[in-house]
Amino acid sequence: MRTGFVITANALLEGDVVWLTGTGALTRHLAGAQVFEDRAQAEAALAQASTRGHELVGPYLAEIRLTGHGPEPAHFREGFRARGPSNYRHGKQAETGTDRHVSLY
Amino acid sequence: MYRYTEFDHAFLAERNRQFRAQVARRIDGSLTEEEFRPLRLMNGLYLQLHAYMLRVAIPYGTLSAAQLRKLADIAERWDKGYGHFTTRQNIQFNWPRLGDVPDMLDALAEVGLHAIQTSGNTIRNVTSDHFAGAAADEIEDPRPHAELIRQWSTDHPEFQFLPRKFKIAITGSPNDRVVTRAHDIGLRMVARGGVPGFEVIVGGGLGRTPMIGQVIRDFLPVADLLPYLEAIVATYNLLGRRDNKYKARIKITVHETGLERVRELVEARFAEIAPEFSRDATEATLARLRAMFTPPDLTPRQGGLFEAARAKDPVLRAFADTNLTPHRVPGHAIVTISLKAHGATPGDATAAQMRAVADLAERYGQGEIRVSHMQNLVLPHVALDDLPALHAGLRAQGLATANVGLASDIIACPGMDYCALATARSIPVAQQIAGLVGALDIEHELGPVQIKISGCINACGHHHVGDIGILGLDRAGVENYQITLGGSATEDARIGARMGPGFAYDQIVPAIERLLLAHLDLRLEPAERFAQTVQRLGLEPFKAALYETEAADAA
Repeated sequence: MRTGFVITANALLEGDVVWLTGTGALTRHLAGAQVFEDRAQAEAALAQASTRGHELVGPYLAEIRLTGHGPEPAHFREGFRARGPSNYRHGKQAETGTDRHVSLY
Repeated sequence: MYRYTEFDHAFLAERNRQFRAQVARRIDGSLTEEEFRPLRLMNGLYLQLHAYMLRVAIPYGTLSAAQLRKLADIAERWDKGYGHFTTRQNIQFNWPRLGDVPDMLDALAEVGLHAIQTSGNTIRNVTSDHFAGAAADEIEDPRPHAELIRQWSTDHPEFQFLPRKFKIAITGSPNDRVVTRAHDIGLRMVARGGVPGFEVIVGGGLGRTPMIGQVIRDFLPVADLLPYLEAIVATYNLLGRRDNKYKARIKITVHETGLERVRELVEARFAEIAPEFSRDATEATLARLRAMFTPPDLTPRQGGLFEAARAKDPVLRAFADTNLTPHRVPGHAIVTISLKAHGATPGDATAAQMRAVADLAERYGQGEIRVSHMQNLVLPHVALDDLPALHAGLRAQGLATANVGLASDIIACPGMDYCALATARSIPVAQQIAGLVGALDIEHELGPVQIKISGCINACGHHHVGDIGILGLDRAGVENYQITLGGSATEDARIGARMGPGFAYDQIVPAIERLLLAHLDLRLEPAERFAQTVQRLGLEPFKAALYETEAADAA
């Protein structure tokens, strides 16, 4: 299984989980995130993201597995961040299908 | 109830004004996250997994109907229509937006509530007995003392940057319902020669290194309360380690320095600063505060209507058997409202439920509501004859679950479903255990048993002091649950013993089922509680049941 990294953080205003896309925009959905298979490139992009403190809080690299359906979280914690809590259908899992993959800014 | 003075209103308004400006400066980019973080934490604002979280203090667990209604309004207007009551008499809102938080704080201030010092390395919300002022076993209502401590500790200039957070719990009853021995400072009222004072316990705490607090002063006169607390916290402020977050709590300071040495230092500091505190002023303030916490004027009653209804209605009978605690006035009871309906999230209440409880408190409970560290609500002053009507009102809102103190009355921290620190989920484990005992219909047969679940080693779910404790960990990227047995959260507080290897997420509920069924097999008689069976037989037979091995000398 191929693995890689995505850059993720919480959005300053909503606190919501976001990922960085290939254009430098932010997405609310992991499927839209840019995947780095090269660690050095990922670190460089993270350093760049770390300068965006006016819109992001606590950016870091999260490991993903590359599957036929796109990137999937390697760790269950990232799974909850990508989905929402398991006791209520709140957070990302509550959003309708139509606004998926739409970037934030 | 404490009534805010002009000073209190002005203080809160000014503090909220400052925080509003700080939030604005964060949003416009003038403040970095590094600069903003300590400011937001001092005002109870966390950033969790999915969103910000605002933790609001319920000082000493007491709420008026108006305050509870305001919490409902806030839940609806700025959150997702519910709130989560925690194990330290706070309520948490899980989904606020940063820009809305100043408005939420202003709304709270309208009813005298705030989020000050619900986070950060400060003296946190002082917790107290949720049955205070009503319990039949109480020496004196501890809430005036708790309010005195709140006023002393709020914005205390010396204690805004302690080595680590600092938690105080206070009880006026010999039966400890606030886990004093698991707090940085625990205050237990005792009477000497008919005069109330405090046994002062220091250095308790759960978390990574669980410790039971030790008595540093066996009798502290009430008038010396503030200088003595100040002496302890000042001593800790100097001695406490700042080089290692995991060794920074006062329990480690006491452990590393030794209780005797800490006592000497505290007494020396106390002797030094006591003259700066006027004993007369403390007594006068306490007298003023006591007048605000005067118990309602309840007339002793016979309770005949209740007895008749109880005899006829088995559902009411089950509720009365588990959810009532003796009140000091005959014909009355303390009613615990379980926020643990089978399958629900422990401690969560919807806005509609909050409003219903506020209405019922006004109609049948003198307008007072309490929040317990067990994550339930309490109506402390209910006439037994009103119980049938109250029970019907609670049932209509799904709030009449008859399980207080039983297997489904589980304490659970938010865990990995919300908390950025968590290593595993807690809530679904609690939901499934409650669902299981509900489906098997065995919890009344099992009798009182405290199951407590934490989703990480910080132990917000108090797992060390549960009859059965469950700790969720991350083992090589998979949720794994470790079990402790034989803990106690009462006046004989004990840290439970860790069992063997942990259980996977899909194995933990069957494991708990085996423990509960083992109790039914092993107990001497139906009245023997889970804790008593563990005390009598030791851990081995339970371990054997847990791991499905033959116990060498099973009873």
